[in-house]
Amino acid sequence: MTLMQKARLKSLWVLHFDCGSCNGCDIEVLAALTPKFDVERFGIVNIGDPKQADVLVVTGPANRRNQRVLRNLYEQMPEPKLVIAVGTCACTGGVFHNCPNIIGGVDKVVPVDVYVPGCAARPEQIIDGVVLAIKKLAGEAPEEDEG
Amino acid sequence: MDYPETLISATLALATPLIGGLLMGVDRKLTARMQERVGPPLVQPFYDAIKLWGKAPMIASGLQPVLAFGYLGFALVAAGLVTFRQDLLLVFFVTGIADICLTVAAFNAKSPYSFLGGRREFLAMLSYEPVMLLAYVAIFLVTGSFTIRGIYEYGAPLLLVLPAALVTLMIVLVIEMKKSPFDVSGSGHAHQELVRGVFTEFSGYTMALVELGHWTKLATTLMILSLFWVPNPVIGAAISLAMFFAALMVDNLYPRLTWQRMLRTTWTVGFALILVNVAALAAGGVI
Repeated sequence: MTLMQKARLKSLWVLHFDCGSCNGCDIEVLAALTPKFDVERFGIVNIGDPKQADVLVVTGPANRRNQRVLRNLYEQMPEPKLVIAVGTCACTGGVFHNCPNIIGGVDKVVPVDVYVPGCAARPEQIIDGVVLAIKKLAGEAPEEDEG
Repeated sequence: MDYPETLISATLALATPLIGGLLMGVDRKLTARMQERVGPPLVQPFYDAIKLWGKAPMIASGLQPVLAFGYLGFALVAAGLVTFRQDLLLVFFVTGIADICLTVAAFNAKSPYSFLGGRREFLAMLSYEPVMLLAYVAIFLVTGSFTIRGIYEYGAPLLLVLPAALVTLMIVLVIEMKKSPFDVSGSGHAHQELVRGVFTEFSGYTMALVELGHWTKLATTLMILSLFWVPNPVIGAAISLAMFFAALMVDNLYPRLTWQRMLRTTWTVGFALILVNVAALAAGGVI
């Protein structure tokens, strides 16, 4: 493994975007940053700036109003980048799937690398999802049926 | 200056980004411990910088990479001026030019966050630079010279004659490190202010350059603080590290204040402390 690859795995900066979620998953995403779970020990920090982010963590279903914003944020992130859909809504649209303004999961708008199901997804699951993303970044084949 | 001394000074000047990077690692570890977290490894800032260097370039304006290189370059020149024991005023102005590079780069992008961050960075400079200059004038009044060589020739520890100036430079250190309560122009770690404030429009290798410049500036400022106990460099380093630790404590204890409060604090408390110190020395017949 080259130094650059190692640095990429050791320093994931996360951009968190709420796509119209009920905030249940957002609370869990923030819980992963608290002293109990402390993802900063793996070099993961929550950064507000898409231009410096490596991972886009999306919660909530994609709808017709915010798909523009979501695509804009994704396009502002420089390569290499990853997208993690956190929560059932972000994965498939969840309980909102047949609402008239909902398009579906965020994968209808941007390419998603890791799906973290759950309503709300637990911090352990979110960290597990980030670890999967790190494996994908390292070029390892993901294990079958993580969830 | 003889040959080995020149070599040591040059090595030290080139090592300032590394020392600063390690100090940032210590900063993140200590901050995490103060918040009862485990915290990232000590070399985390280097991982971050290497990763940023490898990201695809996404340049907001053509002038930005030049200014990012300028920020690092002028910060390195300032570090070299300190290690070669040159003029403190020159160090002051070269550091100022480095800051102006950063601010102009922030103004150069069409982003309201970057613009506001740049404006606040100018206000931060307006807050700490006059106070820093006055502290250097106080050093001149005591040692009779603006050069660092002059401080070495003075011989006695400056801390004993200018304790209030060191307290003032503590406030300057907090502003320069972009720590709470004075992190109005852009904040590190997971803190956020105006997205990333003055750093918003930097990405990829330009951000890595800005980080390196920031580390260099931090190490240079700490080297200047260590001049307050010149006869013994170990005690000098201990003083500057103690002030670094105090800045982290302040960062974790206090919330962010507005730039008006920052300006008021430095221009009242800072000026008053140094003037009282100088007045006391003049009354005591030291200068």
